[in-house]
Amino acid sequence: MTMLNRALPWILLALGFALLPKALSSNTAITMLAMMSINIVFALSYNMLLGQTGLLSFGHAVYYGLAGFFAIHAMNYVVRDKLGVPLPFIPIVGGLAGLFFAFIFGWVSTKRAGTVFSMISLGLGELVAASSLILRTFFGGEEGVTANRTKLPAFFGYKFGPQIEVYYLIAVWTFICILLMYLLTRTPFGRMCNAVRENPERAEFVGYSTQRVRFIAFCLAGFFAGVAGALAAINFEIMNAHSIGAAQSGAVLLMTYAGGAGYFFGPIIGAIIITWLQITLSDVTGAWMLYFGLLFILVVMFSPGGIAGWIMMHEPVWRARRIVRLIPAYALAAIPMALVIGGAIFIIELAHHQLVKAATESPAMHFFGMTLQSNAIGTWLGALAVFGAGVAGLKLVWPKVSDAWGAALLDDAKEAR
Amino acid sequence: MTPALSLKDVHKSFGPAQIIRGVTLDIRPGERHAIIGPNGAGKSTLFHLISGRIQPTSGSISLNGARIDGHKPFEIARKGLSRSFQVTNIFPRLSVYENLRCSVLWSLGYKYSFWRGVDGLKDARARTEELMEQIGLTARRSEQAGTLTYAEQRALEIGIAIAGGADVVLLDEPMAGMSHSETEHALALIRKVTEGKTLLMVEHDMSVVFSIADRISVLVYGQIIASDVPAAIRQNAAVREAYLGQAEEA
Repeated sequence: MTMLNRALPWILLALGFALLPKALSSNTAITMLAMMSINIVFALSYNMLLGQTGLLSFGHAVYYGLAGFFAIHAMNYVVRDKLGVPLPFIPIVGGLAGLFFAFIFGWVSTKRAGTVFSMISLGLGELVAASSLILRTFFGGEEGVTANRTKLPAFFGYKFGPQIEVYYLIAVWTFICILLMYLLTRTPFGRMCNAVRENPERAEFVGYSTQRVRFIAFCLAGFFAGVAGALAAINFEIMNAHSIGAAQSGAVLLMTYAGGAGYFFGPIIGAIIITWLQITLSDVTGAWMLYFGLLFILVVMFSPGGIAGWIMMHEPVWRARRIVRLIPAYALAAIPMALVIGGAIFIIELAHHQLVKAATESPAMHFFGMTLQSNAIGTWLGALAVFGAGVAGLKLVWPKVSDAWGAALLDDAKEAR
Repeated sequence: MTPALSLKDVHKSFGPAQIIRGVTLDIRPGERHAIIGPNGAGKSTLFHLISGRIQPTSGSISLNGARIDGHKPFEIARKGLSRSFQVTNIFPRLSVYENLRCSVLWSLGYKYSFWRGVDGLKDARARTEELMEQIGLTARRSEQAGTLTYAEQRALEIGIAIAGGADVVLLDEPMAGMSHSETEHALALIRKVTEGKTLLMVEHDMSVVFSIADRISVLVYGQIIASDVPAAIRQNAAVREAYLGQAEEA
């Protein structure tokens, strides 16, 4: 592979970060891009544990949140004492804070792997989240702690007031973090993380302390989660207890798993999609959390490799230039699939309206431009009919998708012979 | 001469059950030593004790004169003792190349290095290529280890065991489940890759044991009832009564 081939994805990524705000000029879109970038760093740091070392943590937000608080306090400290530290250096404070706490907590939790590790991470997460509401001086209680990023010393004339300037600061840090985390996977340590994930006992017998491997991976993941937390602090100019709690730990798990923990780019896809859904769905429906739960269950059940796994499943067919053969079957399956999704949304929204809103508002609800009565049996039957038709249709066309796959792979095997 | 491996009055009990009952054994440097015995005699337990997977209840184990009992498996591996397992124990979702490269990294001094690229390590690459060639898996380098045939996985298992360049190699039933032709191939492989090393192996196939071993120890109910050269073991009445008669008939 030539140097250019190796550098090409990174050049494209850098161009993407640089040019996307030009294509999406609205402030909302730029804010969304900034949040996606932060979550990319956070999810990739989580995948250093889950995907690469086989550690399922339920408390990764601890390092993100604590580092965010340290970053906020550092910003206020710089302003108060008129220190000459500009805003772009604050993520280093976050990274070091994340590293410090990962060192302390990781010393305890990485002594064991598997369920024990997961349970300790859950316990530590709850402990820190509970402390955040008690230690009001540092965490600011329920209101949290605020800072004003524009009060920090200018960096080459930039005060980081406009969202676009903050976006570029976050984008540069995100690019650096993605690159560093990728390079880490290509080191002796990165390979041993994979070995420990695959077979910890065997790794011990080739000379590696699995506990030490887990501990170092945990500390490095804490560092990058800390950078993400500091970027969040810079972006929002506020940190509160929410950013440290179980919901945030659950969100990063969802991003990583849904995106695909088995591939480096999986968490990037997961972070982009979940952030987009978080922002758009919460505007559209009050039941948005339910959709996340459903998405997680569906990915676990039908695509355990996540979206990246599903994409990479097509790699052999793509390389054999037979991907076109799958398109008719996929197009056919798309119709009942749309009905299943539409029907499911219909049922969820009806239930949400009837259970949450109907008592205070009228049973009339708006759904895709239609006005429907959530308490009418006909509406429910209609929703169930759409969903049922989709399920029946999927059962009918699924053998065709399966046949198309079989044919594409069979030809591949024949050619290989 | 200091023995390469020395066990002194080693005992191991699990609750009231005594599995290893006072094993004393010296393995000379460069010797090929086989441990034989009926099922349940404690052969694999003995291997687990030597390699640090479990700790002895009492007694001492020394590697090249230094105590290793109470040490963890990775510490013992770093001191120059490696092992294979009775049930194939590889990194199933890593490629053949990665399986071997992961296994050479510590011995080449790369430890937990996260500041240099693994693909640029020429010595690791050369050693991995050499190992792949030795175990005959060069053509399968990119295959996931879990998809290899049983005999190939056993060869990879041996490759992982010798990858770190340990002086003392423990092989736990390396021929288990192999056909006759596979056994011959594996035997040739073991001879080749353990040349100049101290080899301690557990094996049920007596033709293999008698063709490869310089000395044989017979373990019955957690005790060594005889330890001698193959010809003497074959003639030993106690051994024939306790084990060899049945094994050879089988």
